[in-house]
Amino acid sequence: MAVTDAAPIVTRRVGLAESWTLKSYLDNGGYAGLRKALTMSPEQITQEVITSNLLGRGGAGFEAGKKWSMLRQAQPVYLVVNGDESEPATFKDHMLIECDPHQLIEGVVICAYAIGAAQAFIYVRGEFALGLERVQAALNEAYAHGAVGKGIFGSGFDLDVVVHPGAGAYICGEETALIESLEGKRGFPRIKPPFFPAAIGLYGAPTVVNNVETLSNLPWIVENGGASFAALGEGRSTGTRIFSLSGHVNRPGNYEVEMSKTTFRDLVEHYGQGVRLDRQVKAFIPGGASAPWFGPDQLDMPLSQEQVGAAGSMLGSGAVTIMDDTTCMVRAAWRITRFFHRESCGQCTPCREGSGWVEKIMRRIEEGAGREEDLDLLLDVCDNIAPGLSWPPQQTTICVLGPSIPSSVVSGIRMFRDEFLLHIKEGACPHG
Amino acid sequence: MARLTPENVTRARETIALYPQTRSALIPLLHLAQEQDGWLTPDGIGHVAELLDLTPAEVYGTASFYDMFFTEPVGKHLVSICTNIACLLNGGYELLEHAEQSLGVKAGATTPDGEFTLEEVECIALCGNAPCLAVNWRFFGDVTPTRFDELAAGLRAGQLAEEVPPHGTLNRVWRTVGLVAGVPAEGRVAVQDAPAVAEAEPPADTVKDQRGQREPADEQATEDAAAEADAVEGSDEGAAE
Repeated sequence: MAVTDAAPIVTRRVGLAESWTLKSYLDNGGYAGLRKALTMSPEQITQEVITSNLLGRGGAGFEAGKKWSMLRQAQPVYLVVNGDESEPATFKDHMLIECDPHQLIEGVVICAYAIGAAQAFIYVRGEFALGLERVQAALNEAYAHGAVGKGIFGSGFDLDVVVHPGAGAYICGEETALIESLEGKRGFPRIKPPFFPAAIGLYGAPTVVNNVETLSNLPWIVENGGASFAALGEGRSTGTRIFSLSGHVNRPGNYEVEMSKTTFRDLVEHYGQGVRLDRQVKAFIPGGASAPWFGPDQLDMPLSQEQVGAAGSMLGSGAVTIMDDTTCMVRAAWRITRFFHRESCGQCTPCREGSGWVEKIMRRIEEGAGREEDLDLLLDVCDNIAPGLSWPPQQTTICVLGPSIPSSVVSGIRMFRDEFLLHIKEGACPHG
Repeated sequence: MARLTPENVTRARETIALYPQTRSALIPLLHLAQEQDGWLTPDGIGHVAELLDLTPAEVYGTASFYDMFFTEPVGKHLVSICTNIACLLNGGYELLEHAEQSLGVKAGATTPDGEFTLEEVECIALCGNAPCLAVNWRFFGDVTPTRFDELAAGLRAGQLAEEVPPHGTLNRVWRTVGLVAGVPAEGRVAVQDAPAVAEAEPPADTVKDQRGQREPADEQATEDAAAEADAVEGSDEGAAE
């Protein structure tokens, strides 16, 4: 029933009875990748990951193998897992953490071995209470099983892993903010350069920060070889990837599909079983709330990082949100803007102040008190946050939260200017 | 209004010992203090500061950055309703309005009997089951107004005590080992009580304990997992073809 022949990789155990336990994991091939990895050299593992062209599954889509290769040569080295999944409409890591925590731990140990880390931290979004319990229980099991700790599986490799809870802050998904948070501080993103924690990371040491889904792919890649992963997909977008499908579809959910060879239309019509009540797609968000919107004419675009990027948006966190023809675009854009306003850490003026003004003006339009000149005013404020309003955006702030603010508002105005104007002229929502 | 109990001080010291630098334990310790008292009391904040060799202002300044920490009392049940984009498209605001009417308080407020604090939150990553909410960070998806009323009644009657622990309780599974891989970093507090790996509970027991404590929560989780599994099944089936 899938669109391509590619079998799921990271979700293949989801749905099995007690998939989060060691017993279930071992019964289903668990820790075989790690056992194999320990017979290889760290360099060989890194090479396999480079060959796989595994792109980071958190949002930025950076090559995982390249990230590892950039580590400054110094000790100690840390591995930090970004499990702070908070991009609106993204719910894949939440599932992976709850349903297959051992797969994540196995990926963590493989990565730590490859980069020479003696300690790893799994930063789990604080709100994921069950996820925290499942990962901690799995980690306790993994220590007792010899998969984590001293002399892992009889090898000379030692690793400690610590589960660390967050406490509710979207910004901590930004890797340098996450490191600050892990150091017990406010989640303030760090000034760049250095651009990567590989140079200066946790406690100033070289650090790799990888996303949950990224690391969860490692056991399979080691077992089957990087080339097998790279054989799936096309171009730079290799392998399979989980897409979180939400909004106005009949069957929202997490779907792991082959990249590049599956389209947005496949997601909506095949996996999502079509738009709710047989309505039409009015617009969709291709990669989380930070991504510029697409119209129905883009539905046939493949789920390819480079093609979506070339079309002026991004696959981002893999969150695809479908809005049908009853959706009020003003309200949708306003709600996303309010999110960024709430979550701005407040360090940079364009983001802190800009998000507030954009939200206020959007709310004024939404509440029926908008003015015609508000649309140009909005574009002007957005231009001050991300000059040129292009994609990828120009940046005036320390991190990319700032330039994410304009995405929904600018998309809304560019794609649905008439609807925004009608909202203003009628002083009410045309959708009632 | 309390400092940490001796048991919690032990837990705090064990937690501190897991990190190369003491301050890293700040968020975990604040969760511990909130678990003990339901919110972060001035005494609790002061005690956490003492344990980490920080000032109360440094601890408060960090705590206030994070949404999950409350520096004033909250109800027994923190009801967090999502209205972000996926929930907005599926009736999140209608659910919030219903909850406000049903509980008789606006978002941000606590019911006079102290049972519920209602809040509107950003995306809680259960968008496949929108509209959704969390109670003390235990998740509920596909929440209709009727289901909300049933849930509220169940919580009020104490029928969901196992599934939904008191506010502040986050992770009920404790770490069974300290650090074993390397030599403790300089300045790290040594923990005498942390059992070595060999003394760790056998895995089966660990799981049994965890499950025994929280059977209903697991049922809920299983439900969620089943729904999610259902969602990925499409690709499974396809692969088999």
